[in-house]
Amino acid sequence: MPEPATLVEKILARAAGRARVRPGELITVKVDLAYAHDSSGPRRWRPMLEALGTGLWDPEKVVLVSDHYVPAVDAESAEILKGVRAFVRDYGVGRFFDMEGIGHLVLPDHGLIQPGMVIAGGDSHTPMAGAFGTYAAGYGATDMAAIAATGETWLAAPRTLRVELEGELQPGVAAKDVMLSLCKRLGLDNAFAAVEYAGSVVARMSMPERMVLCNMAAELGAESGVVAPDAVTFAYLAERGRPVADEAAALALASDPGAEFAAVHRIDVSRLAPQIAAPHAPSNTDDVSAFEGVVIDQAYIGACVGAKIEDLRMAAEVLRGRRVAPGVRLLVAPASTRTTELASREGVLTTLLAAGAHLLPSGCGACAGYGAGVLAPGEVCISSTNRNFRGRMGAADAQVYLGSPYAVAAAAAAGRIVDPRAYLSAGRAAA
Amino acid sequence: MSEPAQGGRAFVFGDDIDTDLLAPGAYMKSSPDELASHCLEALDPDFARTVRPGDVVVGGRNFGLGSSREQAAVSLVRLGVSAVLAASFARIFWRNAMNLGLPALTLEPADLARIGQGDRLAVAAEAGEVRNLTRGEVYATAPVPPHLMAMIRDGGLIPHLKRRFASAAKEPRAPASGVAA
Ligand code: SF4
Repeated sequence: MPEPATLVEKILARAAGRARVRPGELITVKVDLAYAHDSSGPRRWRPMLEALGTGLWDPEKVVLVSDHYVPAVDAESAEILKGVRAFVRDYGVGRFFDMEGIGHLVLPDHGLIQPGMVIAGGDSHTPMAGAFGTYAAGYGATDMAAIAATGETWLAAPRTLRVELEGELQPGVAAKDVMLSLCKRLGLDNAFAAVEYAGSVVARMSMPERMVLCNMAAELGAESGVVAPDAVTFAYLAERGRPVADEAAALALASDPGAEFAAVHRIDVSRLAPQIAAPHAPSNTDDVSAFEGVVIDQAYIGACVGAKIEDLRMAAEVLRGRRVAPGVRLLVAPASTRTTELASREGVLTTLLAAGAHLLPSGCGACAGYGAGVLAPGEVCISSTNRNFRGRMGAADAQVYLGSPYAVAAAAAAGRIVDPRAYLSAGRAAA
Repeated sequence: MSEPAQGGRAFVFGDDIDTDLLAPGAYMKSSPDELASHCLEALDPDFARTVRPGDVVVGGRNFGLGSSREQAAVSLVRLGVSAVLAASFARIFWRNAMNLGLPALTLEPADLARIGQGDRLAVAAEAGEVRNLTRGEVYATAPVPPHLMAMIRDGGLIPHLKRRFASAAKEPRAPASGVAA
C-alpha cells in the first residue's frame, strides 16, 4: 500500500515523473496547459522568445486570451490587442479567445480544464482552475515565457492546508462570503501552500461556486486552490462536450485517508452572515452589520470571481422590482460574452437593466483598474471583485468594499451597505 | 549583481506591499520607465525620484502580494534597486524578482526591524548576508536554493536558459529549465 498522499502531491508527482513528492521538495514538472492574457502574455513573451531563438514548446497546449484591455479604449490598448493577434499568427497558437471574456472563466467554459492537469497561467487568479482538481498556479511573464518555450518549470512542492466546510450556507450567503471570512481567518500570506477545499458544503457546491473558492486562494497568498474531482466536475465537463476520459483515475486523485496536511481548518458555515471586506485588503473583513450605512457612489458587478451567470442571477434576485438608489451607479460587466448571452436569454439582464444598471463589456474592466468603471478620488464603491488593494480600481484614495453579488446589488438599491438578506424574496415576504 | 562598495541606501516600507502599489494599474499600458516612475508613489511620492542604483528596498511580511504582474519587479529593477529584503514574500513576486536577477532575500523580522530609513546596506546574496554599514551589524539571509543562485549569477532566467539552450545544442540533452528532475 503506497504512502498516503494529498491531492496536490499526487498531481505533482505524476507531472514530475516521481512516485512521490513531499512538501518543500524542489521538482521540475511538465506543464499540461499554459495560458496567458493580453497584459502579461505576448507583449512580454515575444522579446524573450526571440532572445532564446525559439518558438512554443507545443502550440496546442498554449492558450491565449484577450481580456484585460478589451475592448480597446485608446491607441495604446488597441496596440496591445493587435500585438496579441500578431503573436497568435506568428507563433501558431492553437487556441485564442479574443474578447470573449475573462480567461479564468472562458477556459473551463470550453471544457479545457481537465482533472489532474498541471496548469501554468500568466495571472494570479489561475488557481480558479483548481476547482477541477488541477494544480493551477500563477506565474509572472518571464516564468511564463520560459514555460511557453520549454513546457516545464521548477517549483518547491507546496504544503497543503485543508479547509473542510460543514453545515449549510444560509440564503443570501454565498461562496464569496466564505472566502472573505477565510481571508480574515487565515490571512493573506500563505505562500508556498495549496489550499484544498473539502467537506459536505463543497461536495454540494456547483462548479461555479467551487471556482470562487479556488479563485480566491490567490487572496490567501496560496499558490493553488483545489477541490477533488467528483460527479459534479464530470457533469460540468460532459455538458461542455469534453467528458473526462478516465473518471476512475480522476476520482483516485482525492487525498488519501491519513494524508498529511500542514493544517486542517474545520469550519461550520451555518451561522456565517454576509461578509464585507473594507478598504484596503480582502482580509479586512467583518459581518455586514459592521458596515451597514456606509454610503456608496458605485456598485460594481464584475470580474472572474463575481460576474459569472450565477452571480448575475444573485444580483437579479435582489433587484427584481427594485431601482438603483438615486445618486448611485450600478455597473455590470459580465465575465464573458456567453454570460451576457445567457443573462439576456434568461431575462436576468432585463431585470438588471430595468433596475437601472449600466451594462459594460465582458473583460477585466475596472477590476484591474484598466477598463471602464474606475473611481475618482474619495469615491466609495462596493464590488463583487476579489481584491481591494489601494488604488487598484482607480484613485489611490478611492474606497473599495468587497462583497457577494447579493451584497453589491442590495447596496446599489439602498444607496448604502445593507444586509442583503432583507432584500431577498424570503426577507421581502416577511417585511 | 555586483555588491556596491559603499552599500546602497535602505528604503524602508512596512508589511503587505502589494503589486498595485509597486506597479499601479493606471500606468500598466505605459512604457516600463514611465510605469517605474510611479512605483510606490501611493506610499512615498518621492521614492522613484530619489532612489538610486544600488539602493535596497526593505519590506516586512508578504512583500509583493497581489497580481502576477512582473512589472512590479521590473519597476524596481528599472529604478536600479539592487535587492529587496523582507520577512516573507508572496510567491509570484519572489519568483519574478529572482527571474529578473533581482535578489529577493528573506531576513528575520527582528533583524529587519533594526534597519532604519537611509541606512547603508551591503547585500551579499551569495554569501547570505546583509551588512548594515551604518550600524555596524550583519544579518543572515535565509538560504537561496543553488539553482536559483546560479540563475541570478547568469542575470536572470532568460540569460540562464539561453546558456542552457546553447549547451544543449552541443550536448544531446540538457534539462530545459530549473533543477534536473
Ligand atoms: S477580472 Fe480582475 S481578478 Fe479576474 S483576471 Fe481580470 S483583473 Fe484579474
